[in-house]
Amino acid sequence: MNRVDELVAMIRCENRSPVRFMEVCGGHTLAINQLGIRSLLPDKISLLSGPGCPVCVTGTGYIDSALRIASNPEVILTTFGDLIRVPGSEGSLETGRASGMDVRLVLSPLHALQIARQEPGRQVVFLGIGFETTAPGVAAVIRMARSEKRDNFFVLSAHKVMPPAMDALTSRGIRLDGFICPGHVSTITGSAIYKSLARDRHIPCVISGFEAADILETILLLLRQVNQGTASVEIQYTRAVRPEGNPRALQLMEEVFYRRDDWWRGLGIIPASGLGIRDEFRAQDAEYLFGRVTMQGTEPAGCACGSVLTGQMTPSECGLFGSVCTPDSPAGACMVSSEGACQSYFRFLQ
Amino acid sequence: MCLCIPARILSVDGSFATAEVGGLIVNTGIHLVDGVKTGDYVLIHSGFAIQILSPEEADETFSLLREIESYSGEEPVKTNEP
Amino acid sequence: MGTSILLAHGSGGGKTRELIRSVFRPFFTDSRLIAATDSAILDGAAGQLAFTTDAFVVDPIFFPGGDIGKLAICGTLNDLAVSGAKPLWMAVSFILEEGFELEDLTTIARSMAATANANNVALVAADTKVVPRGKGDKVFITTTGIGRLLTGLEQVSYGAGIRPGDKVIVSGTVGDHGASIFASRLEQPPATPVLSDCASVLPIMGGLCDLAEHIRFMRDPTRGGTATVLCEITEKQNWGIRLIERSIPVDGKVSGLCRLAGLDPLYLACEGRVICIASPEKGEEVIRRMKTCPAGLNACEIGTITSENPGRVVMETTIGGIRLITMLSGDPLPRIC
Repeated sequence: MNRVDELVAMIRCENRSPVRFMEVCGGHTLAINQLGIRSLLPDKISLLSGPGCPVCVTGTGYIDSALRIASNPEVILTTFGDLIRVPGSEGSLETGRASGMDVRLVLSPLHALQIARQEPGRQVVFLGIGFETTAPGVAAVIRMARSEKRDNFFVLSAHKVMPPAMDALTSRGIRLDGFICPGHVSTITGSAIYKSLARDRHIPCVISGFEAADILETILLLLRQVNQGTASVEIQYTRAVRPEGNPRALQLMEEVFYRRDDWWRGLGIIPASGLGIRDEFRAQDAEYLFGRVTMQGTEPAGCACGSVLTGQMTPSECGLFGSVCTPDSPAGACMVSSEGACQSYFRFLQ
Repeated sequence: MCLCIPARILSVDGSFATAEVGGLIVNTGIHLVDGVKTGDYVLIHSGFAIQILSPEEADETFSLLREIESYSGEEPVKTNEP
Repeated sequence: MGTSILLAHGSGGGKTRELIRSVFRPFFTDSRLIAATDSAILDGAAGQLAFTTDAFVVDPIFFPGGDIGKLAICGTLNDLAVSGAKPLWMAVSFILEEGFELEDLTTIARSMAATANANNVALVAADTKVVPRGKGDKVFITTTGIGRLLTGLEQVSYGAGIRPGDKVIVSGTVGDHGASIFASRLEQPPATPVLSDCASVLPIMGGLCDLAEHIRFMRDPTRGGTATVLCEITEKQNWGIRLIERSIPVDGKVSGLCRLAGLDPLYLACEGRVICIASPEKGEEVIRRMKTCPAGLNACEIGTITSENPGRVVMETTIGGIRLITMLSGDPLPRIC
């Protein structure tokens, strides 16, 4: 019997009562759905998708600001691909590009900086979105831009950090029996960030890798904690996560960013959950040049992304799901992003 | 992007390195990791190495993947090189 | 003659003739083209004809494994081939942007002629237009092709005879062309080129003609990839498809790039592959014959037609779980994490 079958068998033995485990990482949303993990688990185990998709939790106000900035002809807007179809209140980056705005897809902030070097007469604005896995790289690029005295490279930061959101989820009475903690966020942050969550909210936290055996082993470890009545932080993904995290990356993040309040779709304003660019680096701060972003914007009528993101609703329970809102014509962010719960559900599970 | 397969470092040049994954050679920033050298395995995300893995740790991922492949009993895919 | 396209090259007058003579004539040598009449007169083909057209606007125009010219010929050839036809004649039209380098155009013309000749297709009609700088993008090519339907294969485009038990077969690795183009467009393309599979499928088809009564359906999975073709034919049917993920051949570099960029090879275009649905009795023989061609080395069975899940394509994942395969929406997007 191979490892996956072994783990599934052990999970079936260990599982006694109905449990709800939530993952908070877009990579886990995608892996769980692509691998078809739910189809292997007993019905009593519910796997919920939380606010782990950076595109999904970022408000429409950010898209509106990005479009406003891109409407300046000297601006080249650079972005990760997922953001390009997210609807703002007056169109998306994709419709902006179609109407003549210079919007370019990049796979890395390094590519955005390269564009700034190649086009000194234009202003390159990088849309900084993502959690603790992405922020250190963006921090490194901001530092590089400053040391090169590059006055045409900017970052519009919508970066966020995970633990405050996880805490907000649990403090609002959403019933969870365990967290499948993000693997690569934890590679950067280490495991200590979940300790207060486990201790104060009494929720088991297991940091998981992305292969099938990783995710299944994580579920098993969570089940064992539930059965033992314990609530501690464990690292399943030991091959990539050290308890202390990546100190260099953390230090870079700390040097370039400061914590500020931020608005999350589904959760509202969460104190100290966003990353703003420090004053010393204001020459690279797009908000300094173009004005502060108001994250919260207008949500489409009937869109239940907020409830889906907090595990209170499954995508199919949203009134717009599958009819008005489909991957071809998404109403809300959860349907746009390939890591969004709604798109995942639509594509893999129906 | 969130690459979950360890990439092997082929060469280091200042703050950058070339790495190989499945035959694909990519450039990666190594600003976030200390002491990377040729032969190391790293996890790459959005153009940056975020963690160095020991050969044993890298092998753990490979063996999880290999186990799935061997389970199928399929022949390895032939490369599309001429 | 200068080094790049001028508006005058599209005028129809002396400059146009100069362009044709110096760039196209060395490569496009069919007597019907040289006669330069308004239409090519073709000797009638007996039986039913297949007729297709396609425009090619690929960017970049040169990519690892091919170019827009080779793609334009193969694309139309393949559409005819998988419709069960032997390609006979082709027409080609160029829309050139002012300023496009003649050297590049020559390379493309050479490539098109070589591909057509290798596949015994005559290029019998051609046209060239020029648009001002900024109103095009180097070169757009449209090819139109006619072929004669081969006996027994007249219905392969429709898949009317598909029934539970039939085998779903692909002639090689999936997603190569889409991955190659994606890689070429990156600000920093990977150092190892990801090769497009751009090629004619005629050699593969040639080996299958006498198995015609066992072949229910064929298509080449271009835009939208393998998944899209399968979803399209399954829609509204009273049978379904069950794919086996670990059977689906994917080149290692394509797989690596897809994991890096958050793409799914099942949804990326192929430009030299055939999806074939064949009877269970002859499925293995189809695969064996595909493998005798260089382009069919990785041919294999990737799934079956089932009576369960009618109208849907489901896939057994690498770990034995089940997931749905749905239609592509918009462009495949790189994901962030």
